[in-house]
Amino acid sequence: MKLFELFISLAFVNNVVLSKFYAICPLMGVSKKPKNALNMGLAVIFVIVIASIVTWLLYYYVLVPLDIIYMDLITFILVIASLVQFLEMLLKKTSPEVYKAMGVYLPLITTNCAVLGVALDNITAGYNLIEAIVAGFAVSFGFLAVIYIFALIRERLDYSDVPEAFRGAPIALISAGIMACAICGLAGLI
Amino acid sequence: MKDKLNIIKNGIIKENPIFIMLLGLCSALAISTSLTNAVGMGMAVTFVLIMSNVIISTIRHLIPDEIRIPVFIVIIATAVKCVQFLMNAYTPALYTSLGVFIPLIVVNCIILGRAESFASKNSVIDSLCDAIGMGLGYTLALLIISAIRELIGTGGLSFVNPFNATQTIFRFSFFKSCAISLLTQPSGAFITLGCILAYLQHRRLKKVIEIQKGERK
Repeated sequence: MKLFELFISLAFVNNVVLSKFYAICPLMGVSKKPKNALNMGLAVIFVIVIASIVTWLLYYYVLVPLDIIYMDLITFILVIASLVQFLEMLLKKTSPEVYKAMGVYLPLITTNCAVLGVALDNITAGYNLIEAIVAGFAVSFGFLAVIYIFALIRERLDYSDVPEAFRGAPIALISAGIMACAICGLAGLI
Repeated sequence: MKDKLNIIKNGIIKENPIFIMLLGLCSALAISTSLTNAVGMGMAVTFVLIMSNVIISTIRHLIPDEIRIPVFIVIIATAVKCVQFLMNAYTPALYTSLGVFIPLIVVNCIILGRAESFASKNSVIDSLCDAIGMGLGYTLALLIISAIRELIGTGGLSFVNPFNATQTIFRFSFFKSCAISLLTQPSGAFITLGCILAYLQHRRLKKVIEIQKGERK
């Protein structure tokens, strides 16, 4: 039950994108086509869940015993970078179409704040391994939901008559703001 | 000398990382709730940019091309860790209020972007100027966003000495009773930046129309 609460709170109430501002760059960059957004979201789920397991294990079984906690940032970012590289090779071999569609955005997962942010948050919040996995999945699921909905909204925006000055990034940001307002409504849920 | 100044000016105005290139929005939106935070974050990012740009352009001939991104990231992570320790020691209040966004400078697109597109191709002095320009541009953008958010969201402006949290440098209160607290919420950040970008786009469009009119005459 506690894990379920954790999931709901991280995926919806404290959504990573709309209330913590992680991962705005892919939100603005990738979310033009719903299908790409979905692929991106799935790739991010994969990277975040594995990254949160690996970084948690590394932190508590390597960095803490050796008393080199100050190396956490460098270790975590290397883990994430190699995971993304691995995912890139995996996709290239198994599904070249998805690989092509993701294009330049795949290596950019490395610089997705959500991945490093979750790894660091897991440590500061003092989660155990199970909680860290649930937190990783919840955060990335929240990211997938927001990026997919946002892509659908942007598709509609393309057909609507937006004032000239607001076309493109400004109206996208304002729609994100309205979505954030909606997420605020869930605040009392937990 | 003039071209160095041009590089700095380029970072502040023409290629402003936030308003023009839309890079590093995560931290910019998250911490722009008060002027103090904006100055602190601006200083931290500028410092990291200067360190990473100078180091990378110094060793740019030694880095093999295939593994340049991991090398850049490790250099940036080291610089960020230094900043984190320095801020923890000298600006503890700011350190707690910026929280996770200090370590997240590692994945700030501005820094990796400048390393890849500028520092790995240009001389040390030019890279230093570029870092100063980009850092100032980032700080300026943060100051504008946070000034708007703080003024409308809380009805006043205040600035606390970053090195000593008990020393308030100035505090004004203009219309506290009719402040719109939405702007201090996360959604306010998106809307503020959206409106600023719309204003800039409006100005650009006006310029284009004027040029077209001039051509017709």
